[in-house]
Amino acid sequence: MATTYVGERLKRLEDPELIVGAGNYMDDITLPGMAHVAILHSPYAHARILSVDTSRATALPGVVAVFTGKDMEADTNALPCAWQAGSVTNNVNTPRPLAVDEVHFVGDPVAFVVAEDLYTARDALDLIEVEYEPLPTVVDAEQATQEGAPQLHENAPNNVCMHWTAGNQAGTDTAFDQAEVVVSQKLINQRLIPTAMETRGAIGSYNAGTDEYTLWLSSQAPHVHRLLLAAFVLNVPEHKIRVIAPDIGGGFGSKIFIYPDMAIVAWASRKLNRPMKWIEDRQENYLWTSHGRDHTTHAEIAGTRDGKITGLRAKTYANLGGYLSSIAPGIPTTLYGRMATGVYKIPNTFVEVFGVYTNTAPVDAYRGAGRPEATYLVERMVDRFAREIGMDPAEVRRKNFIQPEDFPYDNGLGMLPYDSGDYEKALNRALELVGYQELRQQQTEALAQGRYIGVGFSSYVEVCGVAPSAWIGLNGQGWGAGLWESANVKVHLTGKVVVTTGTAPHGQGHVTTFSQIVADELGIPIEDVVVQYGDTQGQPFGLGTYGSRSLAVGGTAIHRSVTKIKDKAKKIAAHLLEASEEDLVWQDGKFMVKGSPDAAKTIQELALAAHVGYSLPPGMEPFLDETTYHDPPNCTFPFGTHICVVEVDPETGKVEFLRYLAVDDVGNVINPLIVDGQLHGGIVQGMAQAMWEQGVYDESGQLVTGTLMDYAIPKASMVPNFELDRTVTPTDVNPFGAKGAGEAGTIASAPAVVNAVVDALKPFGITHLDMPLTPERLWRAIQEKRNQPSDSATAPTGGSHPPGDASTPASGAGA
Amino acid sequence: MIPGQFDYHAPTTVQEAVQLLQEHGDEAKVLAGGHSLVPLMRLRLAAPSVLVDINRIPELRGINRTNGTVTIGATTTHATIERSEVLKRVLPMLPAAATVIGDPMVRNRGTFGGSLAHADPAGDWPAVALALNAEMRIVGPDGERTVPAGEFFVDLLTSAVEPGELLTHVSIPVPGGNVGMSYQKFGHPASGYAVTGVAAIVTLYENNYCLDCSIAITGAGTKATRATETENALRNQTLDEATMAQAAEQAGTGIDFLGDIYASEEYRQQLVKVYTKRALLAALHAANEGQSAEAQKTL
Ligand SMILES: Cc1cc2nc3c(=O)[nH]c(=O)nc-3n(C[C@H](O)[C@H](O)[C@H](O)COP(=O)(O)OP(=O)(O)OC[C@H]3O[C@@H](n4cnc5c(N)ncnc54)[C@H](O)[C@@H]3O)c2cc1C
Repeated sequence: MATTYVGERLKRLEDPELIVGAGNYMDDITLPGMAHVAILHSPYAHARILSVDTSRATALPGVVAVFTGKDMEADTNALPCAWQAGSVTNNVNTPRPLAVDEVHFVGDPVAFVVAEDLYTARDALDLIEVEYEPLPTVVDAEQATQEGAPQLHENAPNNVCMHWTAGNQAGTDTAFDQAEVVVSQKLINQRLIPTAMETRGAIGSYNAGTDEYTLWLSSQAPHVHRLLLAAFVLNVPEHKIRVIAPDIGGGFGSKIFIYPDMAIVAWASRKLNRPMKWIEDRQENYLWTSHGRDHTTHAEIAGTRDGKITGLRAKTYANLGGYLSSIAPGIPTTLYGRMATGVYKIPNTFVEVFGVYTNTAPVDAYRGAGRPEATYLVERMVDRFAREIGMDPAEVRRKNFIQPEDFPYDNGLGMLPYDSGDYEKALNRALELVGYQELRQQQTEALAQGRYIGVGFSSYVEVCGVAPSAWIGLNGQGWGAGLWESANVKVHLTGKVVVTTGTAPHGQGHVTTFSQIVADELGIPIEDVVVQYGDTQGQPFGLGTYGSRSLAVGGTAIHRSVTKIKDKAKKIAAHLLEASEEDLVWQDGKFMVKGSPDAAKTIQELALAAHVGYSLPPGMEPFLDETTYHDPPNCTFPFGTHICVVEVDPETGKVEFLRYLAVDDVGNVINPLIVDGQLHGGIVQGMAQAMWEQGVYDESGQLVTGTLMDYAIPKASMVPNFELDRTVTPTDVNPFGAKGAGEAGTIASAPAVVNAVVDALKPFGITHLDMPLTPERLWRAIQEKRNQPSDSATAPTGGSHPPGDASTPASGAGA
Repeated sequence: MIPGQFDYHAPTTVQEAVQLLQEHGDEAKVLAGGHSLVPLMRLRLAAPSVLVDINRIPELRGINRTNGTVTIGATTTHATIERSEVLKRVLPMLPAAATVIGDPMVRNRGTFGGSLAHADPAGDWPAVALALNAEMRIVGPDGERTVPAGEFFVDLLTSAVEPGELLTHVSIPVPGGNVGMSYQKFGHPASGYAVTGVAAIVTLYENNYCLDCSIAITGAGTKATRATETENALRNQTLDEATMAQAAEQAGTGIDFLGDIYASEEYRQQLVKVYTKRALLAALHAANEGQSAEAQKTL
């Protein structure tokens, strides 16, 4: 195949439309006769609803109707949980479209207003009178499992929704009993709030003539939303619902899930026979759109004095919030516990996870989903271990890496076999680029001047491109469906190509990437390809976009359809050229008879022949039109090493980034510009967890970080320039040899930052800090060490220089 | 995030504006840049039924210098101050402080007068105005009065501007002599507001002998506060790092410290010391570098 486009840093084909403001986002959509919906959310984290009086709200001029949970109860069911991993089947608690008797977090919906305009709808919310009986609350997952903690749901004693394990408990216990070195550490992986640029929205329109619904949803998976709404919530047949995902301003996972508002607009549009629009405001978005992470982990690592890791043990309390969100149970189990050993061969590992209900917003997949938590666990513990035995952190990593000859590699935790990897190569490249020896020297020199510089590593592997249906669906992982992807490719009479994909891009640049592939494969200009998505009418079923799956799974489906098109076109070419198929070769975008370049047919010529249909091989159907449902044979496992260099101001605890370098291996790259963009954004998101973001509830379950004035999302001015490089270890899982790239940056970066900061504070004897690394947290840790007579190292006091022995960085890890 | 209903007026003279405010009493609010008021309205923490937009009153906008005084109109935006060549020459702390307020969008709309009148404990201008001994000109139904900055910041979100009154202009004396000034800020990572901001001005005689010094602190407590003890400790001293660091230890005296989930009271106490020291060092450095050379020439 002559590649013209694949591998090129092509600018995104999607951008001109968005840049000139011609995009079509949720709030751009207006339908004739449309009414506006405002939703009333519970101000209590846990309470019984005693009564709801809507009379004053209903009387407000401009209000069309006000509905409560009781009004919707008969027609609608609770939302489904579609990934019941971790044996949760007996205690699933999912939200109803509107709460009826009890609320379980601040933000739980209790009523909604329909009005002629949004302002009236919002005003009417203040007139709804709800009488609550407040109940005791618990917001911390580990505390929620203790005796006497407030109980959320009757079917989940001690608020435990699931208790799940992976690995080898007996072997791990023995490994720890016999270990030369054991290091224990409690790790908090704090709650994050996804913060897509565009909040969510839902528009419903019901056609009384056909009894059909059209729903516009902020959706990363429109077909799945249709299916779940139809089959579980609305009691409406699937084929009577059409779901459209218009332009979507980011999601990071939060728009995979099914939410009450989707049912509300559908139900109300029928009830009132008018189109209904609901647009989430940022405050609502923070209160009730699913959050991410929120793990408390008691971790232990065992090993030998010479740097071999022999065991890893983790007990994790995963906060799931007040109800189960759509795929919540799978995140801290399949996507976390099964990836706990990361890039290392750790012979004995045991992970135990408690999934816990608390009076907080539901927690579900958020960029990386489980793998950032797993990477943080293992990368932080490997660093703790290296520090404990006084070995360079790069050297400890090198000593324990899974080796290239070990692939496919079974990590013993129930994960699919890792497809391919060369972890040391990526580490070596990163060390070389960063100038590791010199960097360590600079660190020592700086310390002598009272400056605290730190170098942090994160060597990661992640699982993405989810997933073989036979594994995720059947083999105890609990996913309630397959995870294949569909594609249809048509070549029209004029040679223009229409691709429809079941993936649902919302910022990833699929149109560009997929067009590059198709144009190259068919030997046509990229302008001749159109990629369609995001509408259940017009696309075969699609599982959607998440888990860095769209190229590996969706792209492969497209590739297979194109291959089928070419197979058929070849037959037509043979017919027209009066040659045998065996004598034809595909070259320079044409089928030509071997040795006679003049006897050739382009795909455009063949498409014309296929369309007009009067000169086809006997029995052949007209038209070039092929559909594929691709079920991947395996996931893909991208990897790499990130290195972060920081300086900490000991007077204030403020962290400054000096460098951030990433060597990622995502296999072959279709569009390096898009992959770099994904990595930039990903790294920033992980860095933001390490440094700034945290979703905080107070004890009564009020969200303290409820606005963007409190919840610190990163700005461009807050992050350093990124030095990116790649190694290329192709996978055999798909025809491109490509692995996922959408989440890798986020998965890798948080531990690199934390390890760097802890390294910078090593002279003080500080061995761990929880995220986010706020200046106060660092300052306090330094103060504490200064005020206590330290054990090994004498902590430096203000102004004076630290003693030499504590400041000597471990050596021996040259690139 | 939809505000309640309100009526909107856009007067073109101060008199008209004051009349409207008087007419509507407690129901009315002045709208300047809207960057504090509108967020409150969107959260329905404020629900004025009348807004008096003062952006179309020409006399309230602009920077004027006459002799030893610079007068800044209340609706002058942060961005205008940031770019003012006059201020860069004679009161360089003002444009420098403007660059650390929010982001370009905030600076393009937010106003000097709005920020001062609002008296946000984390606003940057209160410290700068206080350190520079600014005078606030306020017009009300009974005419104009002048309030020195030292009496202007009353409490948390409370300035000397009474309901029905308009802050029209701020007059700032241009300090003479060998002067250096600096504003140093520790910003909140989410809001950008000051967790602690310190404005310091030093006036030197030969060999870094401190004739006068003025220090004001914002962000740490309920209102912008002068660091009087630190100032006293430095006047008539020879300034060097150790002296300033030692004096900065007293900078928190008199501050009613605030704490929140991002920065506790204790941590803010630390920040006040560190940022006072840094602001003094930067001011000393500026004086030594002849920051105020232009100011001296023109006086
Ligand atoms: C995202 C964001 C970040 C920000 N970051 C910072 C920052 O880093 N540092 C900082 O200092 N500020 C910051 N601000 C605030 C910004 O500087 C505002 O400009 C300022 O707080 C208020 O000025 P305004 O002109 O917008 O006033 P408005 O919001 O219009 O008014 C504020 C209050 O003052 C009253 N008022 C306004 N003008 C007058 C007047 N002339 N006379 C009498 N009363 C009046 C109003 O009635 C109202 O009560 C930020 C704001 C936002 C939205």
